[in-house]
This record gives sequence, structure tokens and C-alpha cells, in this order.
Amino acid sequence: MCIPPAVAGGPAPTGSAAPPSRTPSDTWAAFADSASVGLAFVPLGIAFGVLVAHAGVAWWWATLSSALIYGGSFEFLLIGMVTAAVPLASVAVSAFLVNVRHVFYALSFPLHRVKGPLGRAYSTFALCDEAYALTAGEQARSWSGRRIRRLQLFLHLYWVGGATAGALLGSLVPAGVTGLDFALTALFTVLALDAVRDRPGDLPTPLLALLSALTARLLFPGSLLIAAFALFTAGLLARHLTTRGRVRHA
Amino acid sequence: MPDATYLVAAVLVSGAVTWALRALPFTALGPLRASRTVQYLQPRMPAGIMVILVAYCLRGLPLTHTAVLAPLAALAVTVGVHLWRRNAPLSILAGTAVHVALVSTVFTY
Repeated sequence: MCIPPAVAGGPAPTGSAAPPSRTPSDTWAAFADSASVGLAFVPLGIAFGVLVAHAGVAWWWATLSSALIYGGSFEFLLIGMVTAAVPLASVAVSAFLVNVRHVFYALSFPLHRVKGPLGRAYSTFALCDEAYALTAGEQARSWSGRRIRRLQLFLHLYWVGGATAGALLGSLVPAGVTGLDFALTALFTVLALDAVRDRPGDLPTPLLALLSALTARLLFPGSLLIAAFALFTAGLLARHLTTRGRVRHA
Repeated sequence: MPDATYLVAAVLVSGAVTWALRALPFTALGPLRASRTVQYLQPRMPAGIMVILVAYCLRGLPLTHTAVLAPLAALAVTVGVHLWRRNAPLSILAGTAVHVALVSTVFTY
């Protein structure tokens, strides 16, 4: 589901980040790896900060939220929740439902390469969708724990920096300018296209996901996300069992 | 504007829940990594998860209103630019710019 290395090393300015003759350090390598997602995180963070400013919430809240929650899609939702002053219990339940998808990342994120309790604590804290996307794939097989942690730190900084800048500059953006929140839809669209293209022979999987989302939208509109994830996982498991059975009979 | 204590508390509660969801499964699911079922699921989940997240973002589309044309046009531009140039930041910027332009001018609501 990531921005593939072909993109990161292509027309983006990442290739020139390190001199080709020397072996780049972990930090430089992580910076180069982070660049393409970073170029999406900064405008997205700005969009988040501008929405915070337009909602009438103090600018520092955008910094605090982006630094301590660090979950983009939920943070966008949280703006509306805090301006409506919904109870903290509802905030917690919503945070759970929007972010429960992260439990799946424990199945393949290479945490075993990250050393030390503090490093591991940070690495799990900063395990956003995009960090998972960049580190769980084939191209990250040889990365050290240090390089993974640095990559996560860069992504985190892009997000906090963008959000803070957006919140501080938000008052300069005219109130008539709206629709910046589409950056999130666009980011997930791009990640979905890349993930689908990574497995060209596997169209049933995205179709199953789409069907799960539409079913969840019709039957459980109030809890679309978790219902869709559950239906999708159940569908994959069912497919796994039937294909295994077929192989055995053959 | 809500008071500062509530704003900070909302962030702390959300941060704690989010971190727990990211950290705790490693202890619970770690031993499952070797199972064949998990190895079947693992490479297939990312594409599906991203498709569902897109659907989630689009859940509030005003289907019976002409305003629906703004997100649909922006989505088409995002997909088109991405298939054309395969440059993620460019696709995101293009789609978002189209959306902002349309929603701020033609389809104000």
C-alpha cells in the first residue's frame, strides 16, 4: 500500500539526497525513503492545521494533536468532535474504531529489528499507515532498526511541522476557501492505487474490500470502518479456506 | 471555543487509545506470525485496507446534489494524474487543488 520505491527514486528529488559514491548513513537513507510520503504529509498537515484554525480552535492544539495522537484520519474527525464538545468517552470510542485497523500491522511490521525499550516504544507509537506501508514491504527487508526509527521520526516531524504551520497561517487563508480535507481522500486513493498495482494478479482482494465497504455503508452506517474491516477479513479468511480445500481435492 | 483542559484531555485520551492499538497487538499477535493463515492474509490486507479507507472518506457524498460533482471530479483528477505520472505528492496536490477550487467557487454549500 506504499508509494513504491520506483516513485521514490524516480522524478522525485530523493535520488540526489545522498552522494552516490559514498554509502549513505542510516539517517540519509531514511530521509530519502521518507521524502515522497513527506511531500504528501506536509500539505496534508497544513490542511489539518488550517481546518483547526477555521474551526476556531487555538493553534497549539494542532501541534499537540499531531505530536501526541499522530493519526491523521482520526485527527481530522477529532476537530469536529472537540468543537461540538462531545464527551471524552465518545472521543475514546471513536479513536478506537478509527484506529483499530492498526492491530493488523503487528502481523508484519518489522519491530523485531528495532532495539531497546525506548526505541520500541517510539516505533509502535509512530506506527502510522504510511510508516507501515514503507517498512513492511519487500524493499525494506535489509533496513536496520535505526533506519526504520529515523524514517518514522521524519514522517512524524513532517506531520507536526505541517499541522503547526497550517494552524498558524490558517487565519491568512480566506474562510471562503474550503475543501482542503480532500487531501486525505487523495492520499488514501494514491496508496490504494499503489497497493493494488503491487499485486496485479489479485483483483478479487480490492473488489472484496469495496464490496465490504458498500455492505457496511448500507447495514452499519454508524460504524462503517470497523464493520468493513471485519467483513473484509472474514471474506479473505473464507477465500483462504475454500482455495485451500480446492488444492487439497485436486 | 472549548476550554483548554478539555482540548488537552481529548488529545491525551485519543493518543493513549491510538498507541495502545499500535503497541499491544505485538504481544498478542506476535506468535501468530508464523501461521499459514496469517501469511495468507498479510500481503493481501494493505490493498483492501486502503480501498476501505477511501470508501470511508467518501461516505458523506451528497449523492442527490450537484455538489457531488466536486469530490467526483477531484477523485477523477487524483486517479488520472496518478496513473499518468505515478508521483504520489503530485496526484494528491492536483486532486486537492481541484477540490478546493470547485468547492470554494462553483459548488459552495
